[in-house]
Amino acid sequence: MDLKLDHHSEDNLTIVDVEGEIDVYTAPRLRELLIDLVNKGNFRLLVNMEKVDFLDSTGLGVLVGGLKRVRAHDGSLELVCTQERILKIFRITGLTKVFGIYASVDEAKEAHGRDK
Amino acid sequence: MATVELTFSALPAHVRTARLVATAIARRTGVSEALLDEVRLAVGEACSRAVEAHRVHCPGEPIVLELRDDSGRFEVTVTDAAPSDDLQQPVIPTDGALVPEMPGLGIAVIVGLADDVEVSSGAKGMRIRMSWPASPNGVAAV
Repeated sequence: MDLKLDHHSEDNLTIVDVEGEIDVYTAPRLRELLIDLVNKGNFRLLVNMEKVDFLDSTGLGVLVGGLKRVRAHDGSLELVCTQERILKIFRITGLTKVFGIYASVDEAKEAHGRDK
Repeated sequence: MATVELTFSALPAHVRTARLVATAIARRTGVSEALLDEVRLAVGEACSRAVEAHRVHCPGEPIVLELRDDSGRFEVTVTDAAPSDDLQQPVIPTDGALVPEMPGLGIAVIVGLADDVEVSSGAKGMRIRMSWPASPNGVAAV
């Protein structure tokens, strides 16, 4: 499956919906979207990965790059992910300590509401 | 020992094909369903690393993926022709600090996934061999 990307704003968050496979072929498209969103002033990003079938270290690199960019503006990049096979690569690389990872968009929105 | 060999140009689009072939052969060889995601990810990482290295050093050279059914093990070897300098392991964060976008991350993921990994590198390229347990008789063809 190819990669489908969409985004919309909710409650001061920009939610990026990702569907399909994030690998060395498709990751540049996600990188471009994240850079474009940051360049347009969206510094609070929530990447919804519930429909991601595959993620490799290239995809991780793109997410880390996005996190660096939003942090430069005191922003945040967090994830929604409950799939064990996707979470495993975050655990192997230690990135569970770097990204906020939520079980649902609502849970992430609630956490951001508490932070306001 | 049965071997399937796939040779592909150093194009990112071909990495998905390599993953699909490896997963299909792993299933046929008798690798358990629980391990197939690990095979898919590890083979993808090895092939992605090879593609990126070839694109820098030798874009015209092919990458070789070998898949072997070897007496109860499913063995995968990815061989590239690019001089390698990315064997250094990335620093795993323990305090929330950012991980630098280091090229060795793919190798670290492979080591974390496969229980048997051997990486050898030199001026003529890198060879990553990894294997997983498989049922001795494989899976009967459907």
